[in-house]
Amino acid sequence: MVPVSNYLMLSGLLFALGALGVMVRRNVIVLFMCVEMMLNAVNLAFVALSRELQSLDGQVIVLMVMAVAAAEVAVGLALALALYRKKKSTDVDSASLLKF
Amino acid sequence: MGGELALFIIFGALAVAGAVLVIAARNPVYSALGLLLNFCMLGALYILLNAQFLGLVQIIVYAGAVMVLFLFALMLVGERRGGPWRVSAAAAFGVVLALVLLGEVGYVVATQAVGGARGGVTPEMLAKVGNVQALGTVLFTEYLLPFELASVLLLVGILGAVYLARRRLAREG
Repeated sequence: MVPVSNYLMLSGLLFALGALGVMVRRNVIVLFMCVEMMLNAVNLAFVALSRELQSLDGQVIVLMVMAVAAAEVAVGLALALALYRKKKSTDVDSASLLKF
Repeated sequence: MGGELALFIIFGALAVAGAVLVIAARNPVYSALGLLLNFCMLGALYILLNAQFLGLVQIIVYAGAVMVLFLFALMLVGERRGGPWRVSAAAAFGVVLALVLLGEVGYVVATQAVGGARGGVTPEMLAKVGNVQALGTVLFTEYLLPFELASVLLLVGILGAVYLARRRLAREG
């Protein structure tokens, strides 16, 4: 059996990559992809710990996270389309009117 | 034993490669393809972790539905260039933060052991009952209320998406 620490390291690496993407990319749709990657990284940690602790609670939480992520993608992409309609650009820096 | 580790390394490396492609690709469609690779490899890892139902749900929901939504949005927007990387002091700070985060996770995983009480869901029990039935029993008894709330959340998500994405006709002209 592959030890759980391997899975947790992989999960941390994927989460850090997603966080890096959120910091350095500008396209709002790519930003959503990076957020999805972070959610998936956390899901991997949940499933790995669910096996390690011999409990199904982690897998139930993963199902909940999937439902939340699906709702989030639907609303987020609608926001991206609204932004594009308003600014003719999907660059997040184009929506900086409220920026201090 | 050795085979499982080899599969873990292959799937994990491909998942990381997909993640890197998402961040590095200039064209957002390539980013979407990298994300697809990432999703599929995570589904394979779930199956490797003895969570077969979640592995298939991962493929259907993420690699199917979510990916279609992303590609729809990309095609509707029609902007092929993702724009260059953000080069600024804030972005450099972000890179440092991501590295610090990675170091923290690595430190904790390397030094701490997973404690806590073990539940009764052993691999033998799963092999006898089946992953779907075991998960369904937990989901529809212990976690029934969160399950029902998730449906309300999805309904609100649908309403919000329809409201936000509709074309405003008269006012904005």
